[in-house]
Amino acid sequence: MSVRRSLQAFPTMLRIGFAEALAYRAEMLVWILSTTMPLVMLAIWHAVARDEPIGRFGGDEMIAYFLATFIVRQLTGSWLAWMINAEVRDGTLGLRLLRPVHPLLSYAADALAALPVRGLLSIPIATVALVVFAGPELETRPAVWVVWLFAVLGGWLITLAVNLAIGCLAMLIESSIKVMDVWLALYFVFSGYMLPVELFPDWARDVLDWLPFRYQLGLPVELMTGAYELEHGLVMLGRQWIVVAATFGLVALLWRAGVRRFAAFGG
Amino acid sequence: MRGYLSLLAFQLRTSFALALQYRVDFVLEGFIEVFWTVTALVPLFVIYDVREAVAGWSFGEALMVTGCFTLLQAVLEGVISPCMTLVVEQIRKGTFDFVLLKPKDSQFLVSTARVMPWRAVNVVTAGVLFAVGFAEIGRAPALLDLAVAAALLVAGIAILYSLWMVAASVAFWVVKIDNLTFLFSSIFDAARWPSSVFRGFLRVLFTFVIPLAVMTTFPAQALLGRAGTVEIVGGLGTAVLALVVSRRLWVRAVGRYTSASS
Repeated sequence: MSVRRSLQAFPTMLRIGFAEALAYRAEMLVWILSTTMPLVMLAIWHAVARDEPIGRFGGDEMIAYFLATFIVRQLTGSWLAWMINAEVRDGTLGLRLLRPVHPLLSYAADALAALPVRGLLSIPIATVALVVFAGPELETRPAVWVVWLFAVLGGWLITLAVNLAIGCLAMLIESSIKVMDVWLALYFVFSGYMLPVELFPDWARDVLDWLPFRYQLGLPVELMTGAYELEHGLVMLGRQWIVVAATFGLVALLWRAGVRRFAAFGG
Repeated sequence: MRGYLSLLAFQLRTSFALALQYRVDFVLEGFIEVFWTVTALVPLFVIYDVREAVAGWSFGEALMVTGCFTLLQAVLEGVISPCMTLVVEQIRKGTFDFVLLKPKDSQFLVSTARVMPWRAVNVVTAGVLFAVGFAEIGRAPALLDLAVAAALLVAGIAILYSLWMVAASVAFWVVKIDNLTFLFSSIFDAARWPSSVFRGFLRVLFTFVIPLAVMTTFPAQALLGRAGTVEIVGGLGTAVLALVVSRRLWVRAVGRYTSASS
């Protein structure tokens, strides 16, 4: 099936994914509640920075940072690695392979379609809280917000690619959930999710600039809270999109190797 | 009573045999558990790199809380969680019938059904954290303090067990609760920090609704020789209350069980 026909089918796939997400909305609510780690981290870092600021972070900056973290996580979250693992194990991936649309594209549609439901439940509340409690700390220059839009898109794409890559790995090693666990542990600590990347010592920050984690979450959050001048923000965005390209290259490699080995258990 | 003890020994033997069967997998799981624990320490290091004390806790003292948390989490991952996953699966499939047919107490049977020793490897990590913490403070713990701390840790485990027991009982009504336990685990994660860090709503939530403070901060205070009557009575009292409530709920829930096929 040509790329053009695939793209024509894409809106329908999005509608199906949206309906599915809506059908399991109670479950979705619990998932959202379980991503409340930024709020706990907010309490801790607020206690640390309340009386005396750390770097550019006082109490209010911490509130802005972690509410922004919560919002960006909701916008860029993905659980496809677990889903692909399950489908590889029970063989339903075989059904996806039979359809005339590329399986990776159908996974991407699922992920994209669930976003509005996730977002509608949580983002309005978090945004109001952000503006009320930490309005003055937010970025005000429209140009930076344009960069932010692309940074969120980039962060979403990297997270999607990592999930797809680790999902493809499941075709090669039967279960890659543990690989995902390791990735997630690193992501929590080094992406800016548990603490702002800016608070790491200099040498650690230099290392983190070369790892993908910060570009998944930290960069959009930093842009929202006014950490960058426009030029520096653009440079960071450029680096982020190099990571996007690299991770999708990895997906292509792993997909080709994996699909050759995939034997559709029980199929 | 003796019957239950030998039954417990038997159940444990079966679990260990099962664990040895998949040893590569479980060694890997143990490794990942330790990896998670160590990476989760990074924020603690970064905070105490810039501050001497946070909310009245020095680095060594905060390590006590993290140690208690790590210990409780190891018990949760290694013992409580596997049993609860098993019982929820049995309820869903209807094989819980076989548990009820046995002439022993059903709560005892499900709570001892499966132990995953490799996942409890973090008990060792907790020991290391305590040792480093006391080295940092520059003294050894008093014997009496150790005894009180041990009692409060047992109370903490009892509370944790009761919470998961309540979740398992809820499964008789709503069947699908795997994301409920996921939610609980992510809330429990806040227990790695001293409770005095939290203020306002979170403080009320973590003291009275989900007593995280009782589970990890109280035993840590005991280790440091700072536990007063409030901590000791509060800790043990909460544990007894939690056990009684969860037991009653379990009995009611089992009474409602209608099996999956009928």
